Amino acid sequence: MILDWTTFLLLLSAATPILLAALGETIVERAGVLNLGVEGMMITGALAGFAAAHATGSPAAGFLGGAVAGAALSLIFAALTQYLLTNQVATGLALTLFGLGLTAMFGKPYEGVKAPAMPGGPLGINWVVWLGLALVPVIWLVLNRTRAGLVLRAVGENHDAAHALGYKVRGVRVAAIAIGGALAGLGGAYVSIATVLQWTEGMTAGAGWIALAIVVFAGWSPWGVLAGAWLFGGVTVLQLRLQAAGVAVPVQLLSMAPYLATILVLVVISARQKYARSASGAAPGSLGRTFHATR
Amino acid sequence: MLRLEPRTAAPWWLGLAAPVLAVLATMLAGGLLFALMGFDPVAAIRTIFWDPLFGPAAGYSRPQLLVKAGPLVLIACGLAVGFRAGIWNIGAEGQYIVGGICGAAVALAAYPAEGAWIFPAMVLAGAAGGWAWGMIPAVLRNRFGASEILVSLMLVYVAQKLAAWAAFGPMRNPEGFGMPGSRNLQQYPPAANPELIAGTGIHWGVVAAGVAVLATWLLMSRHIRGFHIRAAGMAPRAARFAGVRPEALVAFCLGLSGALAGMAGLFEAAGPGGQITDSFGSGYGFTAIIVAFLGRLHPLGILLAGLLLALTYIGGELAQLMLSLPAATVQVFQGMLLFFLLAFDTLTRFRIRWGKAA
Repeated sequence: MILDWTTFLLLLSAATPILLAALGETIVERAGVLNLGVEGMMITGALAGFAAAHATGSPAAGFLGGAVAGAALSLIFAALTQYLLTNQVATGLALTLFGLGLTAMFGKPYEGVKAPAMPGGPLGINWVVWLGLALVPVIWLVLNRTRAGLVLRAVGENHDAAHALGYKVRGVRVAAIAIGGALAGLGGAYVSIATVLQWTEGMTAGAGWIALAIVVFAGWSPWGVLAGAWLFGGVTVLQLRLQAAGVAVPVQLLSMAPYLATILVLVVISARQKYARSASGAAPGSLGRTFHATR
Repeated sequence: MLRLEPRTAAPWWLGLAAPVLAVLATMLAGGLLFALMGFDPVAAIRTIFWDPLFGPAAGYSRPQLLVKAGPLVLIACGLAVGFRAGIWNIGAEGQYIVGGICGAAVALAAYPAEGAWIFPAMVLAGAAGGWAWGMIPAVLRNRFGASEILVSLMLVYVAQKLAAWAAFGPMRNPEGFGMPGSRNLQQYPPAANPELIAGTGIHWGVVAAGVAVLATWLLMSRHIRGFHIRAAGMAPRAARFAGVRPEALVAFCLGLSGALAGMAGLFEAAGPGGQITDSFGSGYGFTAIIVAFLGRLHPLGILLAGLLLALTYIGGELAQLMLSLPAATVQVFQGMLLFFLLAFDTLTRFRIRWGKAA
């Protein structure tokens, strides 16, 4: 049986870190900011979350710690790009390199330490997975059916017009970046506390970058992000199952699957967006552009 | 209140001051970090930035400077060309790994043959491998509009798995008692990339880096393609009217930076590294991004920036040995350096004014 209940649970669990980080980045990008530092915020969340869970013995405190650390790191990005008007691509990269370095430096004492046990939840699905699933409709509702969401999208589509209407472009974006950071940190903490159950250097292994690709795949919509994260979770679980079944393909080649799948998905979606006539599923108009208020 | 006012033209010295200020600020912030961690900040900074050049063990560490700077400069020269055009090759690390694998494959296929053709063929194979790996994001962007940032980055992870597969599988040393990793190319003279002048650390990769600095400088300042690249980066629409084909630029920039990164990988595999292992990628491809920015995307600046970051590598190792500082200190330094550089760069683009706008 390819898809039984345990496999589905594995898929859900594998998809959760990507889902959380990609949902956060969706909010950030809908506000017109491209934060390439997701990987750095995730790995920081993974270490801070693990450290907090280990110190308190409580996974809940760990997840909180991961979210706070992710948000704190994202504020460096916010300060640089929103107040010092630096290039978002370069700053995001710097955030990733910094996060990877920082965690490698402070993570040493936690190597080989076990994480406290995760409590189960309804249907054998832990409550962080539930939270991720619940956030999908919530974020969709907030983005599309509330005034705050409308302002956020206005800022992302055309920051000059939003500014002329009197919206605080900078404030909205800083808030979006911080929320994105918190969700990326939470996703990272999920990797260390709930899936791998320990800390190892560089353990997020590109999950942050995959999350960035999934936001594009999703056409900047939370429901699309859910589909993308499940697709990714499915490929990961399938790959692990094939490894376990002893398929005659070397493990190293099988483990390329998630990355190759991400490229494939990115190509298919980009092609569709390139040749599509309608504007739905297109990137926010001001994505990645620096906003400097002249008046 | 503080506010930023765009400059129409920056004084020439500001462009040079920003990297210098960024380095000083990194030293200060780094010292603070060390102090918080309970190390003597002055000793730590001196060990990282001064001792490798002038300390008691400088005789050993000075040649290492060129060994480390070689690949950084070689890769960064290619990256800077693309960054100038707004084409973001973030996957140089992957192109470096694939170049190393392809070059080493030639050597292992030729083993134990003798012949002067072997090393040049390896260099070509390394460049071709890196070029091909760089062309994947180029083709996918041109044909389908896929982001070259994400595709080139995903390919880093794919390349790492490829290196692991090669080290455990087809390229494993048959006389290596089952240990993963290829034959050591330094023990196979026709394929080795030795130190050319004893005690300097100069190997063929360092020579290639020097050539790359000169060649990219000529390209960017004297050749029509360099003009196109600069035009496309500053004003894409205007560049299109001037007859620049964006697709051709994407292919050129990603291909060039891929080929240079691939060559850097080969020189490392045949020289200081000596073999393909599952951990062949050493982060040079990512550090080279910082080198490119710190060097202001200018070949001469890249040369200086490459030497400085090479210094942090060696100094970091020394500090690990002498003061038992964590090994990842260097990475933190490099990340901070890029942050400070981007922050101080604001000063070259904007004037800081007090008070409300006029």
